[in-house]
Amino acid sequence: MTKYLVGVLLGMVLAAAPALAQTGPLRIEITEGVIEPMPYAVPEFVPDSPAAAEYARNITQVIMSDLTGTGLFRDIPASAQIGKVTDFNAPVQFADWKAVNAQALVTGAVSLSGSRLTVRFRLWDVFAGTELGNGLQFAGSADGWRRMAHKVADTVYSRITGEGAYFDTRVVFVAETGPKNDRRKRLAIMDYDGANLQYLTDSSAIVLAPRFSPTGDRVLYTSYESGLPRIYMMDVGKVRRRLLPTPKGTMSFSPRFSPDGRTVVYSMTQGGNTDLYAMNIATGKSVRLTNSPSIETAPSFSPDGSRIVFESDRSGTQQLYIMPASGGEARRISFGKGRYGTPVWSPRGDLIAFTKQNKGRFHIGVMRTDGSEERLLTASFLDEGPTWAPNGRVIMFTRETQGANGRSSLYTVDITGRNLRQLRTPDGATDPSWSPLQK
Amino acid sequence: MNILGKISAVFAVMTLAACAGSTGGDDSGASGYAGNAAAGDPTSPVYFQQAIGDRVFFAVDQSTLSDEARATLEAQAQWLISNPDYTAVIEGHADERGTREYNLALGARRANAAREFLISRGVAPNRLTTISYGKERPVEICSSESCYSRNRRAVTVLASDLTG
Repeated sequence: MTKYLVGVLLGMVLAAAPALAQTGPLRIEITEGVIEPMPYAVPEFVPDSPAAAEYARNITQVIMSDLTGTGLFRDIPASAQIGKVTDFNAPVQFADWKAVNAQALVTGAVSLSGSRLTVRFRLWDVFAGTELGNGLQFAGSADGWRRMAHKVADTVYSRITGEGAYFDTRVVFVAETGPKNDRRKRLAIMDYDGANLQYLTDSSAIVLAPRFSPTGDRVLYTSYESGLPRIYMMDVGKVRRRLLPTPKGTMSFSPRFSPDGRTVVYSMTQGGNTDLYAMNIATGKSVRLTNSPSIETAPSFSPDGSRIVFESDRSGTQQLYIMPASGGEARRISFGKGRYGTPVWSPRGDLIAFTKQNKGRFHIGVMRTDGSEERLLTASFLDEGPTWAPNGRVIMFTRETQGANGRSSLYTVDITGRNLRQLRTPDGATDPSWSPLQK
Repeated sequence: MNILGKISAVFAVMTLAACAGSTGGDDSGASGYAGNAAAGDPTSPVYFQQAIGDRVFFAVDQSTLSDEARATLEAQAQWLISNPDYTAVIEGHADERGTREYNLALGARRANAAREFLISRGVAPNRLTTISYGKERPVEICSSESCYSRNRRAVTVLASDLTG
């Protein structure tokens, strides 16, 4: 149901997107940190029948929620709109949208035929009076309406920012209930915005730190279901899991996929000492990657699969190191004050996100892969476990509040440190892993 | 608490205890064996748990054994040698002030430090296994050092094939 866009806006010059008078092309440069969000309007998509009306209304809402939720866009509410769109094919009255300072306009139509839903839309540069890219349509089963809305928003986001998008994605995480000294944990999955939540395990065993495969169809996680913590791989569609063949009687945890999905790097503990290993999933054979009396854990592959960033306390405290994917000499990259853990390589390859502990506070931060240009994006009693949106522009992480009634929840923040947002989940939530864009 | 105080604590606990096949996990308090064990019976798991002390504590981000921890483990070793029907799982734990996976590894290190000490005092290695719960199973839930220091622990949990 997807059509892919070419980078229609690549190479265009950055416009500062002033609030009142747009002088350049419609464009947002994410890396600069957007201070003034771009005003846009999405008049309710036009339904072709009364039966399609509710879908049209809901789809419009999800598109606006996606775009406004980025912090890069500001929607102009229906109550402030002058223009009305009652026919998707009628010419756009740009003057009506200029008058309310909508720089971007999304028009659309929704038709329902049996249980099949078709969504058509166009994106307009209001001040230039032109269409941005070509109109697109998505069609599919009506119960997939949220995904169609996300795909519309993904397209709009990509055309205006020139970046990949991240709305048609899912998050696998650990749902928590109960007090701190009797936590019940379940593996759970939901859309990136919290919709369509589904539990993947019951709460009979502790589960920890799930990770999506590069194609999003499998999840690695750690479970105590056999007694000791060991690594499982789950087929998300079938909700079927299997224990990976790590040595019996040992703890194994912290599993991560390689970018080709064929290898799992993980930690195994023997005699109290934790090192990193790599398992070929097809053969079940593991090779040792580190051999040190210190703790080596939380590995993450570079997107090209050639290197692994991980944490080790070989220097005396938790710090970040990079080594070849086959093991060998590791180079330390974190040198700031405090302890660094849970490194995660950006899908773009340019940055490493991490958890930092310093002076009793926890931070989510990013640094370049050589350790330079460290930036802390958050600060709280306990922030940990970053995961990247597939476009490498937004990070999701766990935040826990302190005290006997402390509760965990998921937050997102963009890499400029702006737009910190809490996701609403019915239970406590920790250990998120963000999927790639769905196909 | 002196030894008399500890034993009277055992009495108090044992009046509540039910007959069971093991002493249970870390959070269960004293349970099991009350059916057969005379109150204060030094061969009972409840005595081990309460009078000897089933747990030792660690400094922040450390797994080295303090003098106090060594004294407790010394007594645990003597008890285990005198009561050869029991095996033990040593559970390592961390406080909440760390990242999840590192704390799992840190808890494993603590459990192993306790195990190695018991072995050095003559307990057969095949009677002692370890597991780490990282920061997943705190016993104290406040967010201050008084609670954290009780959560940074290694707990020796007895098990036995004997039925009561």
